Amino acid sequence: MLKKIIRQIKATMGVYESRTDGVYGLLAEFSNPGTLIDGARKVHAAGYRHFDTHTPFPIHGMDRAMGLGQSKVGYITLIGGLSGLGLATWLQWWTSAVDYPINISGKPFFAIEPSIPIMFELTVLLSALFAVGGMFLLNGLPRPYNPLFYSRAFTRASDDAFFLHIAASDKNFDLEETESMLLEAGAKVVEVVHDHGYSELHRA
Amino acid sequence: MRDSLRGSSPLMKLVDPLAPTKSDRYPFTGGSRSYIIPGLIGVAAIAVSIVVGMSEMFLEQFYFSYLIGWTFCLSLALGCMFIVLIKHLVRAEWIVALRRIPEAVAVSFPLLIILFIPIVVGVFDSHGPYHHWTAEGIDDPTSNYYDEILAGKVAYLNIPFFLIRIGFYFVAWTFLSSRLWRLSILQDVTGDASISARLRHLSAWGLPVCGLTTAFAAFDFLMTLDPHWFSTIFGVYFFAGAFMSAFCFTALCVVGLQRAGMLRGVATAEHYHDLGKLMFGFVVFWAYIAFSQYMLYWYGGIPEETAWFKHRLEHGWETHSGILLFGHFILPFLILLPRAIKRYSIPLAVMAAWLLAMQWFDIHWQAMPVLHIDHAQLHWLDISCWIGLTCVFVAIFLWRLSRHAIVCEGDPQLEKSLRFENV
Repeated sequence: MLKKIIRQIKATMGVYESRTDGVYGLLAEFSNPGTLIDGARKVHAAGYRHFDTHTPFPIHGMDRAMGLGQSKVGYITLIGGLSGLGLATWLQWWTSAVDYPINISGKPFFAIEPSIPIMFELTVLLSALFAVGGMFLLNGLPRPYNPLFYSRAFTRASDDAFFLHIAASDKNFDLEETESMLLEAGAKVVEVVHDHGYSELHRA
Repeated sequence: MRDSLRGSSPLMKLVDPLAPTKSDRYPFTGGSRSYIIPGLIGVAAIAVSIVVGMSEMFLEQFYFSYLIGWTFCLSLALGCMFIVLIKHLVRAEWIVALRRIPEAVAVSFPLLIILFIPIVVGVFDSHGPYHHWTAEGIDDPTSNYYDEILAGKVAYLNIPFFLIRIGFYFVAWTFLSSRLWRLSILQDVTGDASISARLRHLSAWGLPVCGLTTAFAAFDFLMTLDPHWFSTIFGVYFFAGAFMSAFCFTALCVVGLQRAGMLRGVATAEHYHDLGKLMFGFVVFWAYIAFSQYMLYWYGGIPEETAWFKHRLEHGWETHSGILLFGHFILPFLILLPRAIKRYSIPLAVMAAWLLAMQWFDIHWQAMPVLHIDHAQLHWLDISCWIGLTCVFVAIFLWRLSRHAIVCEGDPQLEKSLRFENV
């Protein structure tokens, strides 16, 4: 039960389990961003959820094509911002009015005016840290090991190639059917990625 | 010849420096009623305000109310000019589809100088808004009106130099805005892509000129109302409100034009989203600048500097200050924060209208405590002058807009702007 929940949470971060026979999933290469967007739309429409796209640069409209919905990173940022605001207010009040009150030219020990810069800065700081941290968390990063790295072609994902991979953990995954679906959706090349160290090429 | 634009007749130059051009793709279809009705309302409201205001009892009130309403319109025109200048300089694509609106607002300077006449009268009137420094004998030690501090500022604060400065601002603004307007319309007519580069050249020197003149205009029109006080950030403060209002006004116009059946398929949720983001951004920027100004004076605690804020924190003005804090920053900040608000036309339009009202309230808050130092008040002349001037301003703007295409159809970036998407 707990294992299943952890598996599901990891899947939302894009960290998928391999099948018991070591098949991690299918990696499909598309020839350009346009066909990749089309492909992603078709893969989503076919009911697949455990899939991701890998491109050298961000592609406008890709998150909609993949059916990703609204990112939750905004809420994490809001929590960070409110924590920063609260922390700074407490810090200003406790240090200047409680722990070490000093009279400086008759100003009140605690006043809102000089505290606002601190409140602003800590709000921004924690918002930014939470935003970046939340982004890492939601994406399952950092991730030094990924079975996709066994594919030789995949190194070009940061250079000039456009990939889509469907994980074997997806409930609709079937080696033959998914492969033909990918080819139909416009993939140029499809390969099977194994978790224990190699990938086989299937040419269209 | 198709590629040359004709100028308009001398009187029409107040409305539009160019003769009408025809547009097949994006014409204004609102009809003449859309600008005649607000125009008549505006003229009536200004006429009533002037007639009543000229009576002894309301004269001082009238000058202040009129100045506030006029400065509100000025801030819209200046803010819109900044939008256009910055757009050209950074080659922003997203706003190309909506650019005609700020461009058309920015050509309002000839109209604004005509509407400035009552204030020029006020400058020479001992009941006028600037009487604190225009009074006779202010630098004469034998005079009853002698003021040592103002005597030291007399090289800058004197009527001839004041009028020369204002003349200079208006020449610069009119030249820049009508040049931006002319080249943009010329691009519609000819489709010449190289005009974009000429607009960029113009903006490169136009932006600093506009920045400096705006800062000094803020000193001259608003800060000199209380000539003992000074704030070096005051120009930035004025700019912050003006720039925010310009985005609000543009958003409101886009929503209005779409409801009237124009700009369909041109302005999308993506464009609303960006306008909303900039509104949000400059709400925060305004608060940042307003607070910076306040905090430095609070920290310094020097009486001659804090007096300006003291007047705004007593005798009922503290309510106005509170409304400003909540209405101009805290509430809009929280409301504009979620993504959805910025992507739907109705909530965005409501926020834009609210923030425009707050911009006026902000100018009122800066100016009016000078007149009513011991009791806060909102006079009906404040409202009638504001409504009257704004209606005339908007009516002339719509009239100008109706004479040309309402989208920059000759801009080579237009197609990209129409297809623009936030990631």
